[in-house]
Amino acid sequence: MIVADKKPIEEIIQEIKDYQKILLLGCNECVTVCEAGGKKEVGILASALRMYFLNQGKEKLIDEITLERQCDHEYLEEIRDRIDSYDAVLSLACGVGVQFVADKYGSTPVYPGVNTCFLGATEKRGLWTERCQACGQCILANTAGICPISRCAKRILNGPCGGSTNGKCEISKDLDCAWQLIIDRLKAMNRMDDYEKLADIKDWSSDRAGGPRKVVREDVQE
Amino acid sequence: MRLSYPASIKIIRVPCTGKVDVIHILRSFEKGADGVYVVGCMEGDCHYNQGNFRARKRVEQAQILLDNIGIGGERVRMCNLSSSEAPLFVKYANEMFDKIIQLGPNPIKLAKKKIKPIIREGAL
Amino acid sequence: MSLKTESKLEKILASGNLAVTSECGPPRGSDPEAITEKANLIKDHVDAINITDNQTSVTRMCSLAACIRLKLMGLEPVLQMVTRDRNRIALQSDILGAASFDIHNMLCLSGDHQSFGDCASGQNVHDLDSMQLIQTVRRMRDEGKFIGGDEIKRPPKMFVGAAANPFADPFEIRVARLAKKVAAGAEFIQTQCIYNLDKFEKWMKGVRDRGLHEKVHILAGVTPFKSAGMARYMKNRVPGMDVPDAVVKRMADTPKEKQAQEGINICVESIQRLKEIDGVHGFHVMAIEWEEKVPEIVERAGLFPRPVI
Repeated sequence: MIVADKKPIEEIIQEIKDYQKILLLGCNECVTVCEAGGKKEVGILASALRMYFLNQGKEKLIDEITLERQCDHEYLEEIRDRIDSYDAVLSLACGVGVQFVADKYGSTPVYPGVNTCFLGATEKRGLWTERCQACGQCILANTAGICPISRCAKRILNGPCGGSTNGKCEISKDLDCAWQLIIDRLKAMNRMDDYEKLADIKDWSSDRAGGPRKVVREDVQE
Repeated sequence: MRLSYPASIKIIRVPCTGKVDVIHILRSFEKGADGVYVVGCMEGDCHYNQGNFRARKRVEQAQILLDNIGIGGERVRMCNLSSSEAPLFVKYANEMFDKIIQLGPNPIKLAKKKIKPIIREGAL
Repeated sequence: MSLKTESKLEKILASGNLAVTSECGPPRGSDPEAITEKANLIKDHVDAINITDNQTSVTRMCSLAACIRLKLMGLEPVLQMVTRDRNRIALQSDILGAASFDIHNMLCLSGDHQSFGDCASGQNVHDLDSMQLIQTVRRMRDEGKFIGGDEIKRPPKMFVGAAANPFADPFEIRVARLAKKVAAGAEFIQTQCIYNLDKFEKWMKGVRDRGLHEKVHILAGVTPFKSAGMARYMKNRVPGMDVPDAVVKRMADTPKEKQAQEGINICVESIQRLKEIDGVHGFHVMAIEWEEKVPEIVERAGLFPRPVI
């Protein structure tokens, strides 16, 4: 899923302080799972913002709506008949949701309520870690199911570098060395011979480097 | 024992403090409460194992948030006692009461009186 | 191994002599004398001088410019190049630039992570990794082709090196990793600083068991300690460094005013023991901001005078 983190409330206050009627728009998908922008977080943020502005002597109308998804036309259409009654939208979806609101409702100011962080997994409640950088050309078949692009600080395709110590990365003792993990898995699968296969120079054109990407599937288009 | 505690304290019963969420605490302040304290079972004695630990975390979250928005995190507190400790219950109630007297009323309550509410036109 | 380049380092290694290299870190400024002064301290005692490439991710004068300074002095530079800061266009372009000044040696590295340096909030590139950089420069030299496949007019004649850290984890793949670098095209290896000689000997045995010592020239890396504090720092704070307790203790047990000399003693003793290891073809003496001690180390280790090629 897409993992996001809360923005400091001071930053949010700066974003929206000049508007009077504000819609806080949550999303039921990834940001709900990572407890950054679901219905619950929308409620808490709305309450806190109302109190903050009241305390500043400013009355604001702060409404809360949480959509099934903000990255889908179908769900985002649900606010079409109400959108014009707000001066601004604070979207607690990932960056995709924020932009989809902006695309769809051209004249409504929209602000991000979270920091979108990475594609990752829930290790346990309150701990999410990165697993994928969406490079567009998956190499996991060659790396024992562990991605050095997202999990090695130098995205080294022929690792580990000389900084791997006791299974940890040189940049932090809290960070596993991705190549140690790869080697452990290769051993467990009795595939250590694969370690010596040189990984080719990667074609990054399917990555961010190639410009904004698209997946076109004519076979399923209507 | 027929002990008495300040009459201004309104008790809201929950099945377990694990039910109390940050939003409940915030809403209490929005509605004009001057302080909120959550009274849970002794740590380690939760019937649901984690309930009172969760409550403590949420109280801490609410404290940070209330500090950030200028209401004051000190208005929220977590206490733990067992059901047979009436004198301790009274002690915590008095402590909270004294704290609130010292801090004064919830600024939101005062601010609300001064402000003309926005008339809703269509939204929701 | 027949000669592939004009490199003096390659010639010395091919002749069967033990090679001696050292390194200079470029200054954090534009004063050319910072490089030439350091080089003058060591030039008669080493065969080639590495110029580090923004080591520990601290911004410095570029390695290429500093290498050109050495070249202008008639010395033999080893251009260090990390994949952290440049994409494949910039890397290939700098290789050509170096070749245009007849710089004949290159050391291919991934580079320390930028979080260690003065630009921790910067991007890193890592378009290629160090192995792929080795492959790239070999292909540029041997096939006269860019990564993109186009032909190079006057291909760069680089003697290609790589680093090896026998002490990083996991130890069991350290020989395999060297084999991978050799397969990628590395012709000489400069190792991480060696303090744990037992472990290094174990690694070298693995290297010989696979016959790698016949395919690549291994230069053993040594760094003298200036003080007991430096020994402790290297042991505890530098990633991938293996300093045995006994070495730290030997430094710590030495009176403060004699520690620097003891550090040099340890270094010289290490070289003498390393000389006996089959497959060690030379030494890379990294006297960090202590270049003036390189001549003493080289002389006491019996590596002076340097052969004339």
